[in-house]
Amino acid sequence: MSEAKLGVAFFTLLRRDLMLAYRHRAQMMNPLLFFVIVVSLFPLGLDPEPELLHTIAPGVIWVAALLAAMLSLDTMFRSDFEDGSLEQLLLTPHPLPLLVLAKILAHWLVSGLPLLLLAPLLGMLLNLGSEGLFPLLATLLLGTPILSLIGSIGVALTVGLRGGGVLLSLLILPLFIPVLIFAAAAVGNAEAGIDITGQLAFLGSLLAAAFALAPLATAAALRISLN
Amino acid sequence: MSIIPNWLHRLSSPKNFYRFAGIASNWCGWIALVLIIAGLYYGLVDSPPDYQQGDSARIMYVHVPAAWMSMFVYVVMASSAAVGMIWRIKASSAFANASAPVGAMFTALALLTGMLWGKPMWGTYWVWDARLTSELILLFLYLGYMALNSAIEDRETAARATAILALVGVVNIPIIHYSVEWWNTLHQGATVTKLDKPSIHISMLIPLLLMAFAFKFYYLSNVFRRARCELLEREQGKLWVRELVGGERGE
Amino acid sequence: MVSDFFHMGGYAFYVWTSYALATVFMLFSWIQPRLRERRLLRDIARRLKRGER
Repeated sequence: MSEAKLGVAFFTLLRRDLMLAYRHRAQMMNPLLFFVIVVSLFPLGLDPEPELLHTIAPGVIWVAALLAAMLSLDTMFRSDFEDGSLEQLLLTPHPLPLLVLAKILAHWLVSGLPLLLLAPLLGMLLNLGSEGLFPLLATLLLGTPILSLIGSIGVALTVGLRGGGVLLSLLILPLFIPVLIFAAAAVGNAEAGIDITGQLAFLGSLLAAAFALAPLATAAALRISLN
Repeated sequence: MSIIPNWLHRLSSPKNFYRFAGIASNWCGWIALVLIIAGLYYGLVDSPPDYQQGDSARIMYVHVPAAWMSMFVYVVMASSAAVGMIWRIKASSAFANASAPVGAMFTALALLTGMLWGKPMWGTYWVWDARLTSELILLFLYLGYMALNSAIEDRETAARATAILALVGVVNIPIIHYSVEWWNTLHQGATVTKLDKPSIHISMLIPLLLMAFAFKFYYLSNVFRRARCELLEREQGKLWVRELVGGERGE
Repeated sequence: MVSDFFHMGGYAFYVWTSYALATVFMLFSWIQPRLRERRLLRDIARRLKRGER
């Protein structure tokens, strides 16, 4: 009975967040647009030589993905904080980490998943070979949820602070480095014809660890920030 | 509460900790000074130059202890922040907050001396070597911690928020470290990690250990001093601070 | 002999800059909390005085 209620709470919150995102879909598009623009700046700033673009493609796409994630993370709890619904969330009898997980999942569906759809296009722009395309999608599929999960801790710590957006990137970007290293290297290695199951397994275990720990930390951080 | 021994419980009250920290700071300071003088003598005068790197190896006696300290301080900071948050011990979270600037200082020192050592060894100041890169990321973590600490007005909230951040950081540091090591082996260029494993001779080990202990005591002395400031700032209106200030004025 | 010591086998710049940086950093970090504590105590004392009146 109570488990069913828990599920209901989880999915109600998830649906609410997705509905809200759908209503503000123009706003939700902005980080994606940012992602595309940042990637297209690199050929302009460097050299549009196919060989060079081919080498830097995995790293550039992943760095742009990190930056786009930072932009969208900023909005994860902000509107809820401003209209007071975040405080309501803390007062519900349901375990807060679970509710936080619903919000993180909603954030990933809205901002992480679309990156996967855009990635092939950007891969083409940067002359990424067809061998690299599938690994790029695989690393994005495993990596972007980690960004949402770890990022949520930082958002929870900085919610309600003035200038929270810049602070958030200072706190969180260093923690994204392992994801960046392994994901970009996996794509690069795949292009060179090297086996990448090891890197994917590492990303998978990072995801599992973040999935288990990040909601707890985020819940604790929210309780501190809102007290 | 029975886990905490009685004397520790009494020590952890801000008033007693303030007094204890003052005494401990002075003692650790003197010990550090003696150790530093001894370490400098053995490091700069008594020990022979390295047979490969010559006298440039003497940078090791500041670089390596500073690099050790940068990791050590983060772990101490995270643990005392956790203790402070879980048992609500103000002295403990003051200790954690006081550790951050000292840890950042050691990290910056390790980075800069690493660069100065790298120039004669590698021919350039900066190489994306695993150890330097890890230190750089560690510096970012320290600076993030300090930025969050200063962004939150309320000292209690700041202490608890930074405790969470320190714990997240301490979980992540091994992962970051491992990633950077792996990334370094992947992109190994012409550079040789000469800084690692210099089959260390006893005459070099003595100054190295002396300096390492000197830095530890320096850290303790410094952090106790800073923790006193933190406590004063947080407890401004409390009776013990008023008594302290009033007493000092009366004398 | 003494000039040998300062010469550091040709690495004088690197060695002495390292040690100088260490000295400056550690001295600064040492003095800073002492000044801060003195200032804090003075501020608190002043506020207390004003409050008592």
